[in-house]
Parts: sequence; structure tokens; C-alpha cells
Amino acid sequence: MSSLLSSTILRKVAMALSGIFLMVFLLQHFVINITSVFSATIFNQFSHFMGTNALVQFALQPVLIGGVIFHFVMGFVLDIQNRKARGTRYAVYKGSANAPWVSRNMLISGATILAFLGLHFYDFWVPEINYKYIEVLPEDPNRYHEELVHKFEDLTRVVIYVISFFFLSLHLSHGFASSFQSMGVNNKYTPTFKSLGKLYAIGIPLGFAFIAIFHFLNH
Amino acid sequence: MPIPSGLINLIMKLTLKIWRQENATAKGSMQTYSLDGVSPDMSFLEMMDVLNEQLMEQGIEPVAFDHDCREGICGSCSMFINGEAHGPDRLVTTCQLHMRKFKDGDTIHIEPFRAKPFPVIKDLVVDRTAFDRIQHAGGFISVNTSGNTQDANAIPIEKADADKAFDAATCIGCGACVATCKNASAMLFVSAKVSQYALLPQGQVEATDRVLNMVKQMDEEGFGNCTNTGACEVECPKGISLENIARMNREFLSANVKG
Repeated sequence: MSSLLSSTILRKVAMALSGIFLMVFLLQHFVINITSVFSATIFNQFSHFMGTNALVQFALQPVLIGGVIFHFVMGFVLDIQNRKARGTRYAVYKGSANAPWVSRNMLISGATILAFLGLHFYDFWVPEINYKYIEVLPEDPNRYHEELVHKFEDLTRVVIYVISFFFLSLHLSHGFASSFQSMGVNNKYTPTFKSLGKLYAIGIPLGFAFIAIFHFLNH
Repeated sequence: MPIPSGLINLIMKLTLKIWRQENATAKGSMQTYSLDGVSPDMSFLEMMDVLNEQLMEQGIEPVAFDHDCREGICGSCSMFINGEAHGPDRLVTTCQLHMRKFKDGDTIHIEPFRAKPFPVIKDLVVDRTAFDRIQHAGGFISVNTSGNTQDANAIPIEKADADKAFDAATCIGCGACVATCKNASAMLFVSAKVSQYALLPQGQVEATDRVLNMVKQMDEEGFGNCTNTGACEVECPKGISLENIARMNREFLSANVKG
């Protein structure tokens, strides 16, 4: 860990790896959630499996939470280090002349996503943990779809979710291609990675926003 | 000599806001100067020369700034002009920047390259010996000059690799990448030096030690972390590509695996 924190390249590789891990998780999360639009039964089956499978609950879930915490803590640590490396600030700094806003403000988009995760955990993860491990209520494989739809009956929540997905899109639009560059991948396939990154950065958040709006309109 | 009438219309009056700092330990501040009679054909450094003539006539200490070849080769000039390293033009150093890029009545902010590892010595002059120390850590190849050394031209090198190595070697070490990066990262400079040798057979013998030692020195100097904004590539007067940073990352990871 100490060598990880002392090397600029290892730090960025660690950020890239945790980012790629979170992007894979996000894709899986989206695939499950989109089924809620087409079939309550399939969504319930997926959710019940994810919510009761021991491997998912006690191995993958802690790894995921660890990945999320690492990515955010490292992001803040890197930002503090980078501010220190500048020292005296410029009186005039024209960042927009040479780099897009999203790449210069990953901390803003990241902090917005972190705030959203607080709400998201409060909405879904906390009640789930409470249901299963605190109140220890009887298993009900058909409750998940109803709980999901119930959350999106509230317009304020839907608006907050959609705004958060917009910031997620901004974060991913730089993060996807950037993670490959950090891993040392910059070759003839880079334009393809960048196109895939744009597709992912727009498609996944747009899909999540669609799910929220769909359930709000159809509850 | 009278100024031709056609030229009079082009002559500019400028307001210059320049960072003044007496020495490395003094507290600096932005000072405002008015300068008349600036020709669009002047280079930026010639404009600074005219300002200094004016300041000396007024009994004011002239503005200290780095310069040497004044033809974009030495990497000495290092001003941060209107929020950009080497000013608003692309693929040029400050000495190659011309006043035609500005217009009459403009206010121009001129600051030194800012980074913790580039401390200000005086006014616009900064200490960039951190780059020298990085270079000393591994930016070379060790070749015996006993008389039995193989002629470099006799070693076949793929054209694509030779071109990329040459592109990397055009880095003049001016520090614009550090100055412009929002994180004050030196990755573009170090990666250009690493790539220059990593792409050539002569550089393979010391490749592992080179990348490890140069990155270690870069980190010890206190440069920031690269976040792939790409600003360095845009502002680099020699157009050094981000591809070099990816190559350095690969070299570094591979060197760590080899131990």
C-alpha cells in the first residue's frame, strides 16, 4: 500500500483498475434493472438471486463496497496531492483552451455521484439489509419489483436520480477512455475504445434514467 | 525613422499585468504596466525587451525572464501568457509567439510557470533543474567509446519506431506540460525521455532501471498525478503525444513485474 501511494503511475493504474471494475458492475446492474421495464417476474428472479446468493452477498458485495470506497478515497487523495503540486495558483488559468470540462472536473462529477450513492443506499441497500439481517423478515421472492416501483412514485426522487445520472455520464465520458490510457493502452484501437467509451457513457446513464422515468409514469 | 502610415494603424497599445518577485524568498504580486508602440511583427520576447527598455528609462528594475536561442529550440523561455503556457498560439514557444496574436487595447497577463518543483527565482524566471535531475536519473544510454562501438547507423530499426523515437526526442524540456497541467504533472516530459530510448535497441539494456529511476525521481521532485486531461499535449510546443505516457506506463508496469 505504501508503494502504491508513493508512485504516481501505480496510483493512476489503481484508479483505472477500480474504475474498470465499477464500470463492469454498473453494466451488470443496468442489465438487471432494465428487465424491470419488461417483466416483473424476471426482475424479481434476478433480484432474489442476487439478494440471497451467498457468493454475491458475502464475497462480491464486500469487494464492490471496497472498490467504491477505494475509488472515492483515492480520488480525493489524488486531488489534494495535485493541488499541493501546483503550489501558488495562477492569476489567470485558461483550462478550457486545452482540455474539456469533464476531464478537468472529475472531482465535481465524482462528488455528485458520491452524494447520489448516499441517497441510493438509503433507498435500497439500507432497507434490504434491514429486511434480511436486522428484522430477519421471511423471504419473499416477489417483493423486489413492487419496492422498486414504489420508490419511483416520488417525482423529486426521480429528478434527483436523473440529474445524478447526467453527472455519471460526464464522469464516465472521461473515465472510460482514461482508464485504458492509464493502463498503458494507447494504440491503433484507441479510437475504438474512445467510441465505445462514449457509447457506454451515454447509453448506461440514459438507460438508468429511462428506468426511473418509466416507473414514475407507469406506477 | 518615421513609421510608415500603413503601419501606424497596426501599432498596439497594451496593458501588461506581470508577476514581479524580487527573489526566491520574496512575496510576489502582479504589477500593471502600460506599453505603447508595439508592432504586430514583434515576437513576444521583443515586446518584453521594449518594455524593459521603457522600465529602465523610468528607473524601474526590468522584468527578469528566461530566453536563449529565440528560435524555439532551447526550451528556455517559459511564460504563462493569458492563462496558457507559451500563450495562445499552438506548437510554438514564447519566443516564436508573435504580437499579431493580440490586438490593440488588450490586457495581457504574464506569469511564471507554476509548480512546486519549479520555484520562482525572480519575476518570470523559474528553477527547472528538477527536469535535469530526472534526466540524470536515467535519461541516457551507457556506451563504451573504446573504438569497438557498433555504428548506430548499422543497426536496423523499423521506420515506424525510428519516427516515434525521433518525435519523442524533439522534447525540449521547456516545462510547458507541467505548467499547463491542472495537476502540475511531469508525465509528458518524462514519458518523452523514456520513450525516446524505449523505442530503440540502444535503449533496451538499461530500459528497466531507466523507467524505474526516472519515475522515482519525478515523484521525489513532487510533481502531480496525471489525470489524462490531454492539456499537456495541446500546449506542448513540440506536439509530444500522449501515446508516450501510455508507453511509459507500460514500461513502468513491466519493469515492476520484472523487479
